[in-house]
Amino acid sequence: MAEFTLPANSVIKSGKTWAAPAGATRVKNFRVYRYDPDSGENPRWDTYQIDLDQCGPMVLDALLKIKNEIDPTLTFRRSCREGICGSCSMNIDGTNTLACIKAIDACEGDVQISPLPHMEVVKDLIPDLTHFYAQYASIKPWMQTQTPAPPDRERLQSPEDRKKLDNHYECILCACCSTSCPSYWWNSDRYLGPAILLQANRWVVDSRDEATGERLDNLEDPFRLYRCHTIMNCTNTCPKGLNPAKSIAELKKKMIERR
Amino acid sequence: MTEYKIEHHTYDVVVVGAGGAGLRATFGMAVKGLSTACITKVFPTRSHTVAAQGGMSAALGNMEPDKWQWHMYDTVKGSDWLGDQDAIEYMCREAIPAVIELEHQGVPFSRTEEGRIYQRPFGGMTTEFGKGIAHRTCAAADRTGHAILHTLYQQSLRHDAVFFIEHFATDLIMDEEGVCRGVLAWDLANGILRIFRAQKVVLATGGYGRAYFSATSAHTCTGDGNGMVTRAGLPLQDMEFTQFHPTGIYGAGCLITEGVRGEGGYLTNAKGERFMERYAPNAKDLASRDVVSRSMTIEINEGRGVGPKQDHIHLHLEHLGPEVIHERLPGIAESARIFAGVDVTKQPIPVLPTVHYNMGGIPTNYHGEVVTLKDGEPDSVVPGLMAIGECACVSVHGANRLGSNSLLDIVVFGRAAANRCAETVTPSATQPALPEAGVAKVLERFKRIHHGNGNTSTAQIREAMQHTMQKHAAVFRTAETLQEGVDKMNEIYASFNDVAVTDRSLVWNSDLMETFELANLLDCAQTSIQCALNREESRGAHAREDFPDRNDEQWMKHSIAWVDEAGKVSIDYRPVHTYTLTDEIEYIAPKKRVY
Repeated sequence: MAEFTLPANSVIKSGKTWAAPAGATRVKNFRVYRYDPDSGENPRWDTYQIDLDQCGPMVLDALLKIKNEIDPTLTFRRSCREGICGSCSMNIDGTNTLACIKAIDACEGDVQISPLPHMEVVKDLIPDLTHFYAQYASIKPWMQTQTPAPPDRERLQSPEDRKKLDNHYECILCACCSTSCPSYWWNSDRYLGPAILLQANRWVVDSRDEATGERLDNLEDPFRLYRCHTIMNCTNTCPKGLNPAKSIAELKKKMIERR
Repeated sequence: MTEYKIEHHTYDVVVVGAGGAGLRATFGMAVKGLSTACITKVFPTRSHTVAAQGGMSAALGNMEPDKWQWHMYDTVKGSDWLGDQDAIEYMCREAIPAVIELEHQGVPFSRTEEGRIYQRPFGGMTTEFGKGIAHRTCAAADRTGHAILHTLYQQSLRHDAVFFIEHFATDLIMDEEGVCRGVLAWDLANGILRIFRAQKVVLATGGYGRAYFSATSAHTCTGDGNGMVTRAGLPLQDMEFTQFHPTGIYGAGCLITEGVRGEGGYLTNAKGERFMERYAPNAKDLASRDVVSRSMTIEINEGRGVGPKQDHIHLHLEHLGPEVIHERLPGIAESARIFAGVDVTKQPIPVLPTVHYNMGGIPTNYHGEVVTLKDGEPDSVVPGLMAIGECACVSVHGANRLGSNSLLDIVVFGRAAANRCAETVTPSATQPALPEAGVAKVLERFKRIHHGNGNTSTAQIREAMQHTMQKHAAVFRTAETLQEGVDKMNEIYASFNDVAVTDRSLVWNSDLMETFELANLLDCAQTSIQCALNREESRGAHAREDFPDRNDEQWMKHSIAWVDEAGKVSIDYRPVHTYTLTDEIEYIAPKKRVY
């Protein structure tokens, strides 16, 4: 039988523990993935003991507390802190989500925090999303029309047609769904993944867009669309409550309908 | 400087910032055939434009007849006559084509039954010069900023704009004649320092809400462009005017859109009274933001706040019904659930006036060109430098911005900057070598801060600043509280000399980035509180209890403030433009501001 070994630098070592301050009564352990590209060392799990009585309610609050008061070298992306910018996507207790809207109370026991799975890690909790963004650009995510728009007025769109954009336009490109998808882990070089397919469908369902044929042609490929095997992790994990799996199903249906 | 790997780049134009203003400018320049690079510290769709909720104003007249002249009147009145009326005319007139252009680009606006863009009422927006309530704010549910920012990024992809993403711009490169010649940026992914040379640098770096402890602003709203400008020896304008949004979620500070009140929501005090009826008999809950925030603060100060500490106010939308909430306000229903634990179909949202927007910033004309007071000339253009969006002070918002005029501002002036560059920049013109002294100066500063080995952490200094601003430059101000704040801020400013940077890496060193951001915030806070002490009148968002009235004779002028390296602020003035752009509307003369 073939034996597989992981590369030496993929082993995560146990790191430093930062004890809670004396007198802390409600202590919770945060196990955080650390990787320093300059050191040449393996990644490690650092443990920070946080007094929840001195901490805000969200996981992001704990990370900020660590950075501000305990260890300024800890690095993660964050911006809006209200679940709309999509910066602080990471894996918390085994689920991809946004740290800013994930309540600490919703985590049982120790809180384990690592970068979005199966991505190259730049540093600590920062994954390299370059390829993800390039895939987004590849679907030409902008309005394409032949018919000229009325020069001084908006294009008309009925409220019913506008409703079809719901469950699509709200996507914040946080990549939680795509990086939760085993099919994307295996084939992200060629499979577009749920986030980008949801975005592709956003233009297909827009009554104003006139490039549906080309958009579907671009997906007619064994990998780009059809590596979706309805595993549904995407829909389960989406922090905005969207349903990428449904968008993908709609795309597949349209592919069959036009044959 | 062998410690750093340095690369050189040359473009016709470099835009710093990729929010709404920066993106609109960037692809606008690309379309005009100028080689353009956009430098941004976050991926474009993470910029804080994404968090704008309620909408973008434009007198489309989709709901009832409307005119840009009425919009202009409202904006002038909202500004408490500190806005420059040539610029306000430009913005309100251009609003209509700007929204139409966005729709054509694909923004998923909500729709009326006729299929037109849905427009909702917003604070201070009226018809016929104050007579009726206008439906002027174009909305994509309550996610309009998100919808617009994503669309603008999509257009940037369409036009193949060049981006330097997750690059932190630290300083402008100026020459001996005071011309802006480029900018230094740090590539976070690999630690390379990039020296950009450009015919024009356009700052679109947003606001500085994080100078305060509680703000609706993102962590990244750190006034980076403002800091760069002060270090280049140029002034900031009207920094005393900070907008408190009436409805930040109590505790968390997250924004709840004014669109809630636009759709019929209202505020109550501990007695369950709709107190805005007393303060603004006509507009009530849809009075201008400064008016509503002051009224709420008075209610709380007089003991009529809600909650165990009587320290906040209730915002009701239960009566709107689940259908309206689901269709038009789904985002804030989600925010209220997550951050206040409230089901908005059944309970009111606990809210508090929260720092939201900076009317002040880098002084510009309505083309987006940075101006300064030089040799007695108050509209003297700074060659090579432009500023747009929240970091700029055109000034279209004067002493108080109306809700939904900021999404408008960023799109209109982003486009104006692109148009101006198309007129003033020769594509691919040969540029002289960068001034050695200017380059050395910005590299030296990078190195100095990178190796900061004092004893006070970035977070400690930042927290001291945030609490001082929160306490001493609040909704209501007096000479006494401001003076105390100024004294504290002087100390805090000086403590930056003792800053400790813990992480020495150059790859994604977010400790170092936050230290650069703190330096920028300190300049913003310092000018903001000193200009507040200096302005002895009440106007718009600047409410002095010791000078409760507006004083047009003495104070209808823009403050401009310089900061030297030691943190010393010097203040001078520029006149307000009391003329319009065309003869299609006359100058709107000051009068008492009643809602």
